[in-house]
This record gives sequence, structure tokens and C-alpha cells, in this order.
Amino acid sequence: MSQISRRTFIKLAGGAAAVGVVGFPYIAGAAGKTHVVVVGGGTGGGTAAKYIRMADPSIEVTVIEPNEYYYTCYLSNEVLSGERTLDSLKVSYDGLRKHGVTVVRDEVTAMDPAKRTVTTKGGKTFNYDRAIVAPGVDYKWDAIEGYDEAAAQKMPHAWKAGPQTTLLRKQLESMADGGLVLISAPPNPYRCPPGPYERACQIAHYLQAHKPKSKVMIIDAKDSFAKDGLFKQGWERHYPGMIQWMSGADSAGGVKSVDTKAMTVSTEFDTHKVAVASIIPPQIAGAIAKTAGLTDAEGWCPVAPKTFESTLHKDVHVIGDASVAGPMPKCAYAANSQAKVCAAAIVDLLNGREPGKPSLVNTCYSILAPKDGISVAAVYRLGQDGKIVSVKDAGGLTPMDSSPQLRAREVEYAYSWYNNIVYDSFG
Amino acid sequence: MRHDRTAVGMLLGSALVLGALPAHATPGGAMLGNTCAGCHGTNGVSMGPAAPSIAGMSATYFEDTMLAYKKGERPSTIMERLAKGYTEEEIKAMAKFFAEQKPVPQPQKLDAAKVKEGEKVYKDSCETCHDDNGREPDDDAGILGGQWLPYLTYSMEDFISGGRDMPKRMTKKVKELSPAQIEAVSQFFASQK
Repeated sequence: MSQISRRTFIKLAGGAAAVGVVGFPYIAGAAGKTHVVVVGGGTGGGTAAKYIRMADPSIEVTVIEPNEYYYTCYLSNEVLSGERTLDSLKVSYDGLRKHGVTVVRDEVTAMDPAKRTVTTKGGKTFNYDRAIVAPGVDYKWDAIEGYDEAAAQKMPHAWKAGPQTTLLRKQLESMADGGLVLISAPPNPYRCPPGPYERACQIAHYLQAHKPKSKVMIIDAKDSFAKDGLFKQGWERHYPGMIQWMSGADSAGGVKSVDTKAMTVSTEFDTHKVAVASIIPPQIAGAIAKTAGLTDAEGWCPVAPKTFESTLHKDVHVIGDASVAGPMPKCAYAANSQAKVCAAAIVDLLNGREPGKPSLVNTCYSILAPKDGISVAAVYRLGQDGKIVSVKDAGGLTPMDSSPQLRAREVEYAYSWYNNIVYDSFG
Repeated sequence: MRHDRTAVGMLLGSALVLGALPAHATPGGAMLGNTCAGCHGTNGVSMGPAAPSIAGMSATYFEDTMLAYKKGERPSTIMERLAKGYTEEEIKAMAKFFAEQKPVPQPQKLDAAKVKEGEKVYKDSCETCHDDNGREPDDDAGILGGQWLPYLTYSMEDFISGGRDMPKRMTKKVKELSPAQIEAVSQFFASQK
């Protein structure tokens, strides 16, 4: 960030008439405080709101979010194994309110980037100086034949924590021993790249203890996946013979159709009768991103890496899963890290400063079994060409041969990651 | 952004002000330090249960630790992978940022009897170097007072296994202690407010 403080800046501004106005950073020229509207109160939106207020309490921040509570997607696979309850993932917005953030329970249905307004389902209109759009992901309902929102009630994706997670857990609890649990893993890019494979572990962990004759099958659209060597090793170590992975090559590109009445899942090659199926559909940016004209041809939001300002609409920033952030994965840590870069840039811009150089990190844990955790990390910076790049020779995976002692520590660090990222984003 | 530049230019009667800002070779300390918060808590105050708080840590110790991780001289799970992502200059900036943060010890579930026993161990074996119940940001040690117990335990496991080097005086003292005494003194440090 710039070394020039606001005080210095005011001095530099000298006799300019606007200096005397309370809430000086309002550069756009109208009277009153500067206002940032955050669309979506997930990890990215929460973090951005908090960090703007921490850096400059003179900026008003309004988060517009339809849900009263946020349920973290992260660690929700542990609800499927029974290791934790959905309630343990419930986050209130009171932490943000303590930072002076206004949290409005409503849904943004339209944005007008020219007038700098957002409109909600509840019929309200909010003006902004800058907006942050953090809607997460939506599903491509037309991608798998027979899989629509109604079908998700029979074959839950459970890819956003909440009723879908509870539904999948209940199905696992009520299935008979000896059945097949099928997970359909989507093509890249999607939220939480190692999620489907950790899900296989957590489900197998439950089945091993309660329904040991059952099997888990992953049908993948891809031929490789995040942490794949570590996962495959972990499956054999903890759940020998229980988990089968079918690559994109083996399945002609993954699941093609489902039949929720017959409870079958089909690829181009074969059809599987399932006891339980978790169909994780291909994904695109959350709906409002498209409505607001922020998405590209692939359905994601291109942004300027230094500020996360949309390259399609000025004064609108997009962070988290919905954004295209170079090599960064779509996950909570990335969203949290991007939100802080975006918040700092917005505070700088609203104070008439040039945003500083960004620094970003991703740290991601997966829990294979109660005392066996693995991780992947990366450090990102702005490359010579102005794009986000992963720092060479940094980051990477848990070693394949790391000791049981270190694997147990990684689980404790995964839980620490959880507590700290929730605190950092909402507390 | 062009819009803002123009607005500022009009306001100041000169568009040169932004151009006059110093160019930074590296991101600032807060920008860098904030990337750690997802695991170590906002401003380095960890909510636990195991990841250590790094708020208020001595800048010298922070730099030494990160450089040791970067060079692979100190064992870790993930830190040796992350530390490689930063230049020495960036590590210095992060060190300064965290040294300026206030440590806020968090409540932990501890064993009162062990804490009491640990106080005795502390006074006999540790106090000379780790004074003020381990709450000081020493240049050759992290802040032990109010640190998360599992992290203190892991650290002692690494020291005793030889994976992490101990200063000579500490080696001598630790050799004299039983595993129960080491656990007790860890509990004592964790209990500090």
C-alpha cells in the first residue's frame, strides 16, 4: 500500500475546496459518505466488508445477502461422515455488524453499472461508489441429462452447505449395507477442487464403520485432480477396496445422464444402479454476475488482477469463486485472500491513492481420515505481464511420505484454518 | 480507475500527484501479513486450536523463523512450502507488521493441576531465558505465554526428536525434565493471559 497517508494527501491537496468536507474520501463529488455495496455475504464478501471497515471506518459498507446465516462449505464433508454437525458450520453476521457493516437480508436481482445502483428482490435500490460482487457459483442445470433442481432433491449435489448437506447425510444414514454411493465430479473449473475426493473419504469413513459392504464410486469428467496422488494413497491406506475412481477417459468424460426414479447414473459406456448419488454439476459464476453483465463466454468474471475490478464494468469488483484470478483455485482461502487485495485497492482508490502491489495465498486442507490430513499451498504475486502468477518453487503438496505424526498435525492445522478463516472473514 | 484519476486531478488541480507517489518494489507489510490471517487469525491472533498466534512476535525472531523455513532448516507441515514464496525483503516487511500487532491470548481448556506444576518447572528451568512467564517478544524465541497448547507440544516434540535445533542451554535444561514436566510447563505457558 502507498506510504502516503490521508493526512499527507490532504496537505498535498492544499487549498482545494473539498478538503474541508467530512468524509474526505468521497471523490465522486456528491455530499455524504462513500458507500461500498457488497453483493453476497460469503467468505469473499464478508472478508472484503470487514477489511474495508478496518482500513477506513469512514467508508460505509453494506452487505446484501439473502440468508440469515452463512453455512461454510468448508468442512461440510465432515457432516457426511458424522464427524460434525451442520450447526457447527453456522456463522452469524453479527461479527460484521460489530465492524459497522450494514447487513441487509435481501437478494440483489439487478445492477446498473452506469448509474452505480443495485436493486433487490425486496424492491430496494442502493447507490454505490464501488460495488463488490461475490456471488460464488451456480450450477449448469442443462449439462447432465435428467439433472435439474428437482433431481437435486433426489441426488443432492450438496455443494453449498445447508439443506443439501443434511439431505445427503440422511440418505447415507438410511441406505442399506452393500449399496453403491456414487459421486459425480465436475469438469474444471469448479468450487473446491479436492472436494469430491475428500467427500469420498468422509463417506467411506462412515460406511466402513456402519455399512462395511458398501462401495463408493467417483465418476470424473477429468483425468487428473487436485492432490490425486495423496488421495489415491489415502484411499488404499484407510479404505482398501472401498473407493473406485473412474477417470474422464474411463467414463467418456464423466456422468452424462441420471434417472432419479430408477436411481441410475449413466456414462456413455455404462449405467450404475445407486443407493445414493451425489451429483456435483458443472459450474458457472453465481447468477447475479451474468445478470449484471460481468461474465465472459465461459460464464466467469474477468477482472484486473491488481484490484479485482471487473474488466467489463468499471467501479464493480468481482472476487471469489465467480472471478477469473489466473492460477488461483475457486476456494475459501483464495476468496478470503482476494477480498483483502480488493478491499485494500478500494480503500486506496476511494482515498485517491494508487493501489499497492497485491500479494495472495491459497492454503487448502483435506481430511482423509480422523488423524490424516493433507494440504496444498501456493503464494501468488503480480507477474511481469501484470497477471497473477504462482511463485515458482514455492507452495505445493504434503509429501507422499510424510509421517503419521505430521499428518495428525495437519488435521489440527486444518481445524485451525477453519476457525481462523471464519474469524478473519466474519469475526 | 481512469475515472478516479480524473476526479482526483480535477480536485487537486493537478494530475501529477498520483504519479509522484513512490513506486514500491514489493507489496506492503499489511498486504503481505494479511495473507497469513486465514490460518493465523486476523492480525496474527489465532483462534486455535493449534495454529500459533504470531501477533506481537519479535521482528528478528519472525525473520529468522521464516528464513529457516525457506531454507528447509526448520521442520514444519506447510510453512516450509509457504515461506519459499517470499523474498527476504518481503519477510522483513511482514516481520515489522506482525511485531506491531497486539497479542491477544485466547481461552483454552487446560488442566489446573498441571498449570500449577508447570509454574514450578518454569521457575526452575525456563525463567532465566523466557522471562515474564514467556510473554515477552524475545529475539530468539516466539511468544510462549498464551500460546496454543498443541503448538507448544509440537514444538517440544520437534526439539526433543532433534528435528529442530535447541540452543545449548535449552538442550541441557530439557534433558533434565521428564515428559510430564514438559507437558506441565507447556500448560503453564498456555495459561498465561
